[in-house]
Amino acid sequence: MSAIVSSGTAARRSNGARMFNRVVIYGLLAFFAIVYLMPLFVMLVTSFKTMDEIQNGNMLSLPSAPTFEPWVKAWGETCVGLTCAGIKGYFWNSLKMVIPAVLISTILGALNGYVLTKWRFRGHTLVFGMMLFACFIPFQSVLLPMATILGSLGRFGITLQNATGFRFGFGNPTVNLVLVHVIYGLGFTTLFFRNFYEAFPTELVKAAQVDGAGFFQIFRRIMLPNSLPIIVVTVIYQFTNIWNDFLFASAYAGTGESMPMTVALNNVVNTSTGVVEYNVNMAAAMIAAMPTLLVYVLAGRYFVRGLMAGAVKG
Amino acid sequence: MAFLEISGLRKRFGSLEILKGIDLELEKGGFLVLVGPSGCGKSTLLNTIAGLETITEGTIRVDGRAIDDLHPSKRDIAMVFQSYALYPNMTVAGNISFGMEMRGVPVEERKKAIDKVAKVLQITHLLDRKPSQLSGGQRQRVAMGRALVRDPKLFLFDEPLSNLDAKLRVDMRIEIKRLHQATGTSIVYVTHDQIEAMTLATKIAVMRDGEVQQFGTPAEIYNNPKNLFVADFMGSPAMNLLSATIEGGGNDLHVSLLRPEAEPLRVPVPQIGGLAAYSGKQVIFGIRPEALTDPDGADRNAKSLFEGDCLIDVVEPAGSDTFAVTKLGGKEVVARLRADARIAPGQTARLAFNLDKAVFFDPQSQQRIG
Repeated sequence: MSAIVSSGTAARRSNGARMFNRVVIYGLLAFFAIVYLMPLFVMLVTSFKTMDEIQNGNMLSLPSAPTFEPWVKAWGETCVGLTCAGIKGYFWNSLKMVIPAVLISTILGALNGYVLTKWRFRGHTLVFGMMLFACFIPFQSVLLPMATILGSLGRFGITLQNATGFRFGFGNPTVNLVLVHVIYGLGFTTLFFRNFYEAFPTELVKAAQVDGAGFFQIFRRIMLPNSLPIIVVTVIYQFTNIWNDFLFASAYAGTGESMPMTVALNNVVNTSTGVVEYNVNMAAAMIAAMPTLLVYVLAGRYFVRGLMAGAVKG
Repeated sequence: MAFLEISGLRKRFGSLEILKGIDLELEKGGFLVLVGPSGCGKSTLLNTIAGLETITEGTIRVDGRAIDDLHPSKRDIAMVFQSYALYPNMTVAGNISFGMEMRGVPVEERKKAIDKVAKVLQITHLLDRKPSQLSGGQRQRVAMGRALVRDPKLFLFDEPLSNLDAKLRVDMRIEIKRLHQATGTSIVYVTHDQIEAMTLATKIAVMRDGEVQQFGTPAEIYNNPKNLFVADFMGSPAMNLLSATIEGGGNDLHVSLLRPEAEPLRVPVPQIGGLAAYSGKQVIFGIRPEALTDPDGADRNAKSLFEGDCLIDVVEPAGSDTFAVTKLGGKEVVARLRADARIAPGQTARLAFNLDKAVFFDPQSQQRIG
């Protein structure tokens, strides 16, 4: 920081000093930005190069003849484990799992926040405290108990199938993952919405009660339409976390048809047969990162605003 | 039978009693103001009438029907909130018609009702706006429109003017009074501002610590306060309350007020039942500033006037009146004089005591004597 100097000659001298400070600050910022962006840059250029160019050229150089070949191959032809049909199937798997998980956990979190602030009951602080505690439970400690529960759900599904000829989703790996992510995300989404609704004027709820609106009508017509900032925050947070999750995905859906994107990507990269196709791997990784990137770009400006709205009253 | 009847109403939060047995009545078309300092339970009482808070004991009847078990929307009431509580995501028209929508009123009828109310409140040009695009006074009107459109049996106002600036508050106060005169609906109104209470009410309930201290017409409350709290709370500037000693007896009963640098002032007092028993004892002598004035400005119709010399401490010309501060009974006393009364600080001036308006309180029990 430049010192504030009041006298004329000193001010002129300090102009130079201020200039120097600016240069240092922007220089450092630029340096760290470059360091931070370097891997992304390498991934991006590599994904457009041919294997020849990668093996003989410089890692940082731009592709001499850009090609979409690796992207096409990653999407539709590359081998994941033993099947060679690209990652497109797994990409859809992830979407099929992430979208319901995000929607359900967000809506339940909003409902929890609504009840914990506007329909208080005896012991509501204890309930909230316990939900908050859920945010601090490490993933690893949940793995085995959850596996047991999912196992029994699977057996129940088989019983159902024998009885009715239909499993109703019990034991389906995608459904299992949705369940796990909803439960695990509930602590966070409840925290977000409770803090947001804490500052939400209670008189609005009372006015709606006098107007004759019921519990869910107030939720749908008054609370939700005025919660856009926190909905965006929650959706971004949940989407990123669930999409990027590898541990639960590999533990409960690590093999077979319904494997999510993250596990598939790992299997693409770890395939040990033949040459390692760096360009295809990079393209696959870029594809895997695309949805979260897209969510940030589309809703990012609400993200900061929403975080502030939750933290500061009004 | 009264239109609104509250009897034996109690409200407890655990062991804490917020309302301690409230009994109130309001005639049809009346304007009941609940007034008191913050935390006296007046808003809680209003919320129990609205059904937003449950009650522990007692009953609330509107037009002969017990409503204390009904949902807020079934009580045939409408409420105006302190913060206006307009739904930020809806337009003004949406805000006004939300209640009708919830009750399943057909769209055509809703439109007609909105137009009618908007005309009465002169907000027709605002109907398509969102609350965030309105000024404070406009929001206030919309909040009243939302209540008016229901055409309820009972209006509830929860400190509706406390968020407005001073001038707008006076305007809206007049508007509410006009609205009440025009519609003739019964109103329960909560405020901590005793001027609002005096100007609007047909009945005032002065509350403190969950109890009604006094219930009556504004004139009763103002002229015949039942205890020290009511006397002190109502009126601006506040009533002068000084400690004094009752002396003499029979036809020569008088009250002795200490004066600085002079003999105590002996003010003869009218025969008030029970006052003679206090002879030789301390009492609290209460006299409103307007009952203590210059001899020329005194009420000619007063039955017992007394004139005495007082040393004037401070003079406050307020334009319409001049206020003079003197010391009596060891306390500062405000007298309200005509604007052109000739009086200067540091000099002795003759003040007229209108003893018709004087009140006495027992210093221990704080209750009115007589």
